[in-house]
Amino acid sequence: MNASAAAAFVAEPYQTAGDVVIDCNVDKIFYGDFLAVRDSKVPIEKKKITGFIGPSGCGKSTVLRSLNRMNDLIPVFRFEGSVIYHGQDVYAKKVDPVVVRRYIGMVFQQPNPFSMSIYDNVAFGLKLNRYKGNVEEKVQKALERAALWKEVKDKLKNSGLSLSGGQQQRLCIARAIATDPDVLLMDEPCSALDPIATRQVEELMLELKQRYTVALVTHNMQQATRVADTTAFFSVDISAGGRTGYLVEMGPTRQIFQEPREKLTKDYISGQFS
Amino acid sequence: MSELELTMPEEEARPMPQLGRQAFEARALKSGLLTGLTWLAALIAAVPLFSVIYLLLIRGGTRLFSSDFVEIITGLPPAGFEPGGGIGPAIVGTLAMVGIGAVLSIPIGILAAIYLGVLEPRSKVANTSRFLAKVLTGFPSIMAGVFVYAVMVITWGYSAWAGGVALAVLMLRTVVLAAEEAMSQVPQRMKDAAYGMGCTRTQVIWKVVLPTGLPGILTGVLLAVAGAAGESAPLLFTALFSNYFISGLSEPTASLSILIFNFSGMPFPNQIELAWTASLVLVLLVLVFNILARLVGQPKV
Amino acid sequence: MAKMFEAAGSASAISGPPSSGEYLADRVFRGIAWGSAFLIILLTAYILWEIGREAVPAMGKYGLGFITGTTWNVNNNEFGVLPEIWGTLYSSLLALFLGGVFGIAIAIFLTQDFIHHRLATVFRTVIEMLAAIPSVVFGLWGIFVLIPLLKPGAEWLHEHFGWFPLFSTDLAGPGMAPAALVLAIMILPTVAAISVDAFRRIPYKVKEAAYGMGTTRWEAILKVMLPTASSGILAALVLGFGRALGETMALAMLIGNANQISLSLFSPASTLASLLASTFPEAGEIEVQALMYAALVLLVITFLVNVAGLAVQQYTIRKFEGKS
Repeated sequence: MNASAAAAFVAEPYQTAGDVVIDCNVDKIFYGDFLAVRDSKVPIEKKKITGFIGPSGCGKSTVLRSLNRMNDLIPVFRFEGSVIYHGQDVYAKKVDPVVVRRYIGMVFQQPNPFSMSIYDNVAFGLKLNRYKGNVEEKVQKALERAALWKEVKDKLKNSGLSLSGGQQQRLCIARAIATDPDVLLMDEPCSALDPIATRQVEELMLELKQRYTVALVTHNMQQATRVADTTAFFSVDISAGGRTGYLVEMGPTRQIFQEPREKLTKDYISGQFS
Repeated sequence: MSELELTMPEEEARPMPQLGRQAFEARALKSGLLTGLTWLAALIAAVPLFSVIYLLLIRGGTRLFSSDFVEIITGLPPAGFEPGGGIGPAIVGTLAMVGIGAVLSIPIGILAAIYLGVLEPRSKVANTSRFLAKVLTGFPSIMAGVFVYAVMVITWGYSAWAGGVALAVLMLRTVVLAAEEAMSQVPQRMKDAAYGMGCTRTQVIWKVVLPTGLPGILTGVLLAVAGAAGESAPLLFTALFSNYFISGLSEPTASLSILIFNFSGMPFPNQIELAWTASLVLVLLVLVFNILARLVGQPKV
Repeated sequence: MAKMFEAAGSASAISGPPSSGEYLADRVFRGIAWGSAFLIILLTAYILWEIGREAVPAMGKYGLGFITGTTWNVNNNEFGVLPEIWGTLYSSLLALFLGGVFGIAIAIFLTQDFIHHRLATVFRTVIEMLAAIPSVVFGLWGIFVLIPLLKPGAEWLHEHFGWFPLFSTDLAGPGMAPAALVLAIMILPTVAAISVDAFRRIPYKVKEAAYGMGTTRWEAILKVMLPTASSGILAALVLGFGRALGETMALAMLIGNANQISLSLFSPASTLASLLASTFPEAGEIEVQALMYAALVLLVITFLVNVAGLAVQQYTIRKFEGKS
């Protein structure tokens, strides 16, 4: 593919089979003067796991974090496009990002439990939203769904930071799902974990998708094949002298990995570059 | 088969390097000398501390821990030729004014530190404020006294309030800088988690940053209190001195530091002994707060 | 705003937007925090302005002659602080020399692997305890321990080397030497702490490079570590100097409060701060005005020195952040 053709390349739009919970349309994402991502239309389908894969620097994390306006914390961030969530553009002027984040949960790359007890960590979201029901019950249910209950039920008062890395990450997942969020965003949740913990979290994800819509960023292709229903492949465009990420192809995981339409996708899948 | 010539051709043999230690080589000697001097410097520097503590215990302790203990703690400062007496009003005065200073400086200091360390660390207001707090750290403490004199004493006279305000001005800089340091140490990923759950900025601070940074903040507060207790210059012309227990906060007030200052210049042995006793009490007070500050400052992260 | 994302709300029965009370609390709290930060700026400005204002009457009366005059006579309304300026600078420079050398030596001792790190922590605590001792207590100690200790030595020096300007008078009691010594002890922790920081900031790879070339420990320290940390150490010295300039109580008790200028280490002298401390409490209105002028002079001197020290410190931090 010659340079000028690549510069103009825009992925074919993907038509989801089911309902779209978040309709993400990225025109341009800037960090200051740096164009980080361009032309990426990523619909997130209900009760499915949508995986974002691609080489480092392709913008997959940036796009994910744009869905719940976490990038707002970076002063030089600028989003051009729209993210339609339940009929509203999340980037509309009158939308408060705080409200958006109440409905969309996030699990980060590095486990980040609060320096409080395990119980208080999971109950955090419930207390924040002034939940009037039985908090203990919800905490237990969240920990059970995160496959952590058995390991911590006798030490709920211990600090969240006293757990191992894999346990901490499952605690963060429990914390995120305690409030039954509409959508769960997961930004490379297994990258800081060992293989056994990774396996546990992946099994967890398969169960989670029965109740929650999940958007997952992963640098591990095999993980996408194991867990994701739909896969969006991003790459880096260096034609204009910079490094701008863009969506190359999106489709059902099986199709992406077995019959990719784009040559770039095929090259990435077969390990020609990473 | 001919023998292979494996020996090296005749060559000037390289001198074998001496790898062993050479105690008397010039470099090693110089090094040893400098090390010795450094050790000496370190030991000499420790001498004043131990000398002061020793004297406090000998000259202040023998009086304090004797049968006069109660009278010393509760009695009034004696006049020139009087025997006995105590430092009661001074103790009360110091505690009262440090208390006023703490109540004024701690909330403002922590709130300012929240702005500087968490809310808008790079804004112009934050940068200027932080810079000025550091400048104030090098401020002669007597200036706080001069300032409060001009602002309060001229109008309302000498009082514990004035002394307390002067102490507050001095405590503020310590509290702000220590609290800011503690709160900016809270890892960004923890704050991210709170933002990700939909916390407003105030909620992130109250639910995550403050509890996590609390040990560091407490350290700063305790160090500020310790410093304020030992201050004397700012009290000279704000609280002045008094030989009686205060009945209100709007009158001249005694303090341990001013008592020491006044009595040290007097030709009466009784006064001088009380000065040492007051010094011992003051240093104990200051050291206790310092040690508490150290113990508390174990971070939770 | 609550109507937004209603569909999402029904999808998750638990989550909801913050209440209007919480929004209000957020705005109010952030405003108060800003106000507190701004208060520090206001306070500093107010202090400078107020002291300046109080000094104006005296400035008008005595003008710049105040700074060059050498008499302080309440009865004649003659006021001059040259002896005090001299005393302030001389005592602080002496203290800087002593406290600086010892402070840097201690910093080297603590950071260049001379002792086990746990011992180093203990020693560091000793130095911090030294810093915690109140100024008046040092003054008391100075009067009853240091001066008697110095007297015999001072007498001997005066007898045998009296021709040397530094020893030209006898130590009758309080004087420049005990004051400068105590001052050195008091600024030593400051110089040591900032120098320790300066050494700690040196990237490990610099130390590796030096030792890798086969330097002895002292060659590494003198030829590599010290030069690399030099700007940080300079900041330590400048800030220590600033502290010395402003120190009041111990000096008031030890320097003798004599209105004279002399090079002798053993003669009594006076500093701006000690002048304020010793004359203010008894001063009448006219004298108070003159003292305010003196306070302003002290304020300006310490302000300039401290700003300079902080600027050097900032430069050091930026230098290392850029490099490593």
